[in-house]
Order: sequence, then structure tokens, then C-alpha cells
Amino acid sequence: MTRRQARPGPTRADKPRTRVSGYSAAALVRQGLRSTPGWERAWGSHDLRDRYEVVIIGGGLHGLATAYYLASRHGITDVAVLDKGYLGGGGSGRNTAIARSNYLTPEGVAFYDRSLNLYENLAAELNFNIMFSQRGHLTLAHSDASLRTMRWRAEVNKVQGVDSEVIDPDDIKNLAPALDVSDEPRYPVLGALYHPPGGIIRHDAVVWGYARASDLYGVHLHQGTEVVGIDTGHGKVTGVQTSRGRISTGTVVNCTAGWSTLINDMVGVRTPIVTAPLQAAVTEPVKPFLDPVVVSGTLHVYVSQTARGELVFGASVDPFAQYSMRGSLDFIEGLAGHVLELMPGLSKMRVLRQWAGLCDMTPDYSPIMGPTGVEGFHVDIGWGTYGFKAGPVAGEQMALLIADGKPPALIEPFGLDRFLSGELVGEKGAASVGH
Amino acid sequence: MIVLPCPWCGPRNVTEFHSLGEVVDRPDPRTATRSEWRTYLYLRNNPAGRVHERWFHRAGCRRFFDAERDTRDNTVFSTWRLGREETGTGVEA
Ligand SMILES: Cc1cc2nc3c(=O)[nH]c(=O)nc-3n(C[C@H](O)[C@H](O)[C@H](O)COP(=O)(O)OP(=O)(O)OC[C@H]3O[C@@H](n4cnc5c(N)ncnc54)[C@H](O)[C@@H]3O)c2cc1C
Ligand SMILES: [Zn+2]
Repeated sequence: MTRRQARPGPTRADKPRTRVSGYSAAALVRQGLRSTPGWERAWGSHDLRDRYEVVIIGGGLHGLATAYYLASRHGITDVAVLDKGYLGGGGSGRNTAIARSNYLTPEGVAFYDRSLNLYENLAAELNFNIMFSQRGHLTLAHSDASLRTMRWRAEVNKVQGVDSEVIDPDDIKNLAPALDVSDEPRYPVLGALYHPPGGIIRHDAVVWGYARASDLYGVHLHQGTEVVGIDTGHGKVTGVQTSRGRISTGTVVNCTAGWSTLINDMVGVRTPIVTAPLQAAVTEPVKPFLDPVVVSGTLHVYVSQTARGELVFGASVDPFAQYSMRGSLDFIEGLAGHVLELMPGLSKMRVLRQWAGLCDMTPDYSPIMGPTGVEGFHVDIGWGTYGFKAGPVAGEQMALLIADGKPPALIEPFGLDRFLSGELVGEKGAASVGH
Repeated sequence: MIVLPCPWCGPRNVTEFHSLGEVVDRPDPRTATRSEWRTYLYLRNNPAGRVHERWFHRAGCRRFFDAERDTRDNTVFSTWRLGREETGTGVEA
């Protein structure tokens, strides 16, 4: 969007124009004293206009964050976010909420660390409690080979100023006494990569916070609005066909994660994405006993304890392509076995529920962000199992891309063209089990 | 449980198999350009619907075979043997 030039100087990327208001301690007391609290709806509903400057497809965290940064940082408020279901009904409301920046490549570390910085200030910026609990993140090593990878990751991290170090079983025991670090298990714990700033965030709150803030800036959030076609002419986007009518626009952003191939197909853009479900499960709540997030690549499992006391478990993606979100008994059985190897004390815990979400997997476990061969059609996809932690930085950078008309340096390495040029950003070693 | 019929062993739990993903035409490596080769390596159709894909019976006969499956609900339409043994008499599910 080059026609919008007059923007303020270099601080614009760090300062929203106005603070999001409306929620406060006084309001909480006032509403709490009423017999029926009269909270206003957090965002409004609108008729679909027949024209928007920017149309964002997908009302998950990425679509909403992009809309928010377009409005707050660049003054572009003539924006619609379309979702075929409800806001946060995709991966954004199904993930296990882990945030960290101890990735393997310099490009990845810089990118995810920016997101962590944005997350650290997000509750204040959005005036919405996102419950970011920086309780530390442990990736266990059960073999010499994985200990070596962790040493490598720790060094890459440290060079970029990210707090990350390799620790031994005694330190692990201090941080997480429930873990079995003896030499009894089949795969004894030899050490761990420890990342103190990592932690968990309330995923729904992030979605709702961005939604509410975008709405206050005048962005239109359209739920129950499915995109069924995209119009192009002379290699440019001209409009979007939806289940509620046509919208003309020159700029479309695809933020549909697991469904993104179906949107790309509408304009003939091919990508390496393969859609696969990722499953997770949660137990009944118990007293707090587990501080850090614990990941074991060897055992294909990770676990954290929520603020409510439930244990949240996850694993790697299901091993073949699917658009189905059914959970499986195989998953929960395998998971239970592995969790008990790590923490034998949990044998009496009961699982409350399990679920799945769709993940848009790429060959290098890095996202695909930026322009495509079709003018005005941008993608913010390939988020696989790691896109929750990246929501703020992805939104910020996609907004910058749209406002400036060219990919900012931070996301340049993640362009779609990298697959044909062979310059992949390999993050599999840091992202396949721990998300 | 998702059941996949191996053309040699019959119906088995899908956990016995390893998926190799959708079948993509392989260009001749001696004449393919880099971009043709990378297109073959990386780009996928990833359809929501019928897909022609390759499987390996890892915990069974350890042979490869092809299948046609619906990625939305895991209906398996047919599986069949590869190469010389492809007779068109695949197992219908
Ligand atoms: C079980 C699980 C655990 C995970 N754990 C983590 C984790 O711990 N840490 C982490 O960083 N990441 C994690 N992830 C990954 C993360 O959840 C996703 O990468 C992220 O939520 C993607 O956000 P998004 O906004 O791009 O997409 P989504 O939230 O999936 O939103 C896409 C939206 O597009 C809409 N849509 C699709 N098609 C159309 C259409 N035709 N028209 C209109 N709308 C459409 C959908 O309804 C959906 O709401 C996990 C994922 C899962 C499934
Ligand atoms: Zn077999």
C-alpha cells in the first residue's frame, strides 16, 4: 500500500496511537456490585461492506493481530477480518499456549524473540490480561546426540542475547522435583536446555484482546463469513467472494493456517504446505506442583500446568495428512505411557478431555510470510505447531509489509520463494515436538 | 481406529503404516532444472478430499503400496500394489 506515505518517524512500530480503554479495576468493582453485570460486548457486528481496503481471511490470532497492527501502527482501519466460524475457532483456540524463543537458526531466534518481547508488554497495550506466566521452559535430552543439539541451540541463542543454557540432572530436579531424573527409566534424562523466559499464555485472552482492540480502532470483524472465491484481473487481486456477498479490495491476506491451501488454490498459488492434525489433552486440576514447561523430544511429549492446576499435554503432529480434527485412542494411550516414564507419580491422574487442531506443516518447520506471485495477495501461513507464540510479531510484520509494500528484514528469510531457491530455514530440531 | 487395507496383508490399524504423502510425478533427475526438481521435492497439492498417496507397511510386510483416501474423513476408497504387480484388483474398502 504505497499510496499512504506520511507516517511518523521510527518510533511508530513500538507505539500504538491510543491506548485501548474500557476495562479497569473501578469498572470491575462497579460491575461486580450489580445484580446482573452489564459488560458491553467486547466487539461489535456489522453489515458486510462491499469494499474494504484490506481483507484478512481467517479470524485467528494471526489475522486479528495483523488487523490490530495495521490500525494501531499504520492508521489503516478500513479492514475486514473474515472467519467462516468464530474468532479463535482454529488453532488459536486449540493450542497448548507455549511461548519461547530458543530456536535453532539465527533467523528463527531473532523472529521469535521479537514476539516474546511484544508478548511481555501486550497485556498493558491491549488492556486485557493475557496471563503470561514466564515460568521457564525445559527441553530434556535423553541421548548424547540431543545433548549436543541443545548445546548448539544454547550457543545460537546466547549470541543473540536470548537466555538459554544447558543444565544437568541435579538442576533439573531442583526446577521440577516431580521429574524422574534417575537412571531407572528406559531413556534416562542426561540434561536439558533451560530457557527461563519461556512460559505459557492464556491463548483465548490473546485472541479476544486483539479482537477487542481492533474493533475499537474501527476494524470490522465478520464471524460466520466464509471465503469461497477470490477474484483477480491482470495478475492482481480485485475482490473476495464470501458466503455473505462480494467484497471488492486490492489487498488480501491469507491467515487460515490449516486451511490455507484451499485459499491459495483460489488464486493458483502453490506451496509446500501439508495439513495434519495435532492433538492435545488436559487432566483434572490438582495443586500446583510443576513450574516449568517440560518437553521431551525422545518421548514425543510435553507437559505444563495451567493456572487452574490442570496438566496440559501435547505431542508431535499426527503422522499423515488430514483435514479431520478427530482425536484418537492411540494418541492418548501413547501419551499416557510416555508421561508416566517422565513422572511416575502421575499414575492416578485422570484425563478430562482431548482434542485436535489443524496444522499447516512446512518442510523446514518455518512459516511462509510475504507476497506471492499474485499482486495484492499476501500469505501469513505455514504456522504448523508453533504459530501461537509468533502471533504478535507476525501481525506486526505483516502490517508493515502491507503498509510499506515490501517484506521487512525480520521476515524476509521466510518468503515463499525460498523453496525454489533452496534457502530453507531448518527449525525441525527445535520445533517438531516442543511447540 | 482408522483401518487401512494393505494389498498383501489385509485390513490393519493405520498405526502399523508409515505415510509417504501424496504421489508426485518425479522429473528425470538428469534433465530436470533446479526449479523443476525443487517443485517436485517441496510443492504439494494438499487437497481437502480425495488424494492419491503412498504408504509403507512398516510393522507388517514392509512393502510399499498406493492408496486413494479422503483427507476430510479418512474414507479409504482403494489400495493397490505398485509396479509390475499393479493389476487393478486392489482391495476395496
Ligand atoms: C493442539 C495444538 C497445540 C499447539 N501448541 C502450540 C504451542 O504450544 N505454541 C505455539 O506457538 N503454537 C502452538 N500450536 C500452533 C498454533 O496454534 C497455530 O500455529 C496458530 O494458532 C495459528 O494461528 P492462525 O491465526 O494462523 O490460524 P487459526 O487460529 O487456525 O485460524 C485460522 C482461521 O481461518 C478460518 N478459515 C479457514 N478457512 C476459511 C475460509 N474459507 N473463509 C473464512 N475463514 C476461514 C478458520 O475458521 C480459523 O478460525 C498448536 C496447535 C495445536 C493444534
Ligand atoms: Zn502389508
